[in-house]
Amino acid sequence: MNGAQDLGGVMGFGPVVPEPEDVRFHADWEKRALALTLAAGATGAWSIDAGRHARESLHPADYLSSSYYEIWTKGLERLLVSHGLVSEEELTAGRSLEPGRPVGRVLRAADTPAALAAGSPYDRPADAPARFAVGDRVRTGNRHPAGHTRLPRYARDKHGVVEEVRGAFVFPDTSAHGDGEAPQWLYTVRFSGHELWGPDADPTLTVSIDAWENYLDAA
Amino acid sequence: MHGDRPESDLAIEHRVAALESILVEKGYVDPAALDVIIETYSSVVGPRNGAAVVARSWVDPDYRVWLRRDATAAIAALGFTGRQGEHMVAVENTPEEHNLVVCTLCSCYPWPVLGLPPVWYKSPAYRSRAVIDPRGVLADFGVTLDPSTRIRVWDSTAEVRYLVVPMRPDDTEDLTEAELADLVTRDSMIGAGLAGQPARVTR
Repeated sequence: MNGAQDLGGVMGFGPVVPEPEDVRFHADWEKRALALTLAAGATGAWSIDAGRHARESLHPADYLSSSYYEIWTKGLERLLVSHGLVSEEELTAGRSLEPGRPVGRVLRAADTPAALAAGSPYDRPADAPARFAVGDRVRTGNRHPAGHTRLPRYARDKHGVVEEVRGAFVFPDTSAHGDGEAPQWLYTVRFSGHELWGPDADPTLTVSIDAWENYLDAA
Repeated sequence: MHGDRPESDLAIEHRVAALESILVEKGYVDPAALDVIIETYSSVVGPRNGAAVVARSWVDPDYRVWLRRDATAAIAALGFTGRQGEHMVAVENTPEEHNLVVCTLCSCYPWPVLGLPPVWYKSPAYRSRAVIDPRGVLADFGVTLDPSTRIRVWDSTAEVRYLVVPMRPDDTEDLTEAELADLVTRDSMIGAGLAGQPARVTR
């Protein structure tokens, strides 16, 4: 969706402010927001793509005026409500008003280190050969889906070159909406700065995205 | 937006605490697991992991080749695996080409090697400008590249996670692997800095 999350090339946000690398959190509530997001996600009630879509579905003014852990918190609230695990009334009350529903898994402390160290791979067996090969010229689609997509606006309707074939991966555009993993080939596609940003672009610049096969046409 | 809106901070603090109460009461989350997650990303998983990978690649040519060919396996061999690092790719800086990693759409970041992303990495300022004005972004970090150096930006739009291998600083032939790792800053492994050259930061 063309939401506030799609920030590549947007202007006016000012300088980037570096930060010492030993700073992990800026408040204790950020730690809780991180842990709640991961632990709630571990129930398996939604995919990582659905999680991203919940965050990008925030009102643009809300998204842009929230810190990232605020965005996570608000996204988590939406996911819990949309999946029927928590009610709006409970969020308003700030406490549970009825017993919980069964969930796929409750992440226990003893299992947590192994779960975090295992992660969850997103590559899948391919059910067809890759359509493109390294070196192929491709053009990204001029597509503006109302739902989740991982093709940024700045890289739509652009010519690029396939630089790597990464394998078949879960397709976020369906996964985010509970419509299945529908794995597709994933490619790293590289664009020149001029193709993306016009004649005034830095002539030394190239930018790549990782694009699913559906995003691409031969060029 | 931390630090400048205490009233809002209080509101979000209460909001998160309420959410935690609800999820614990309903039995969806184990409070002890929350503490383990926080401990893991506070003191176990962080950018010193990535620094160890980079230092190894500087001193061990075979490891460097492995890292280029199969970064996920080469990094796992040093004990760093898991969430948000399932599909790793390492990209090497050279005098001719400088790599910079961003996630314009959210905050995708290689957690097992770099830990949690810093605030700036998730900020609209970085996500908007890294792909159109990377030299301007580097200037914010006090980094100036030769004008002829090509800049290669990787927008992490899928589940592939990128680790930048910075150039080894000059005159470091006598350093041990551990001493070399100390030169590898987090920012240098994103491409926003150079090894051996800490960013100008104000606390």
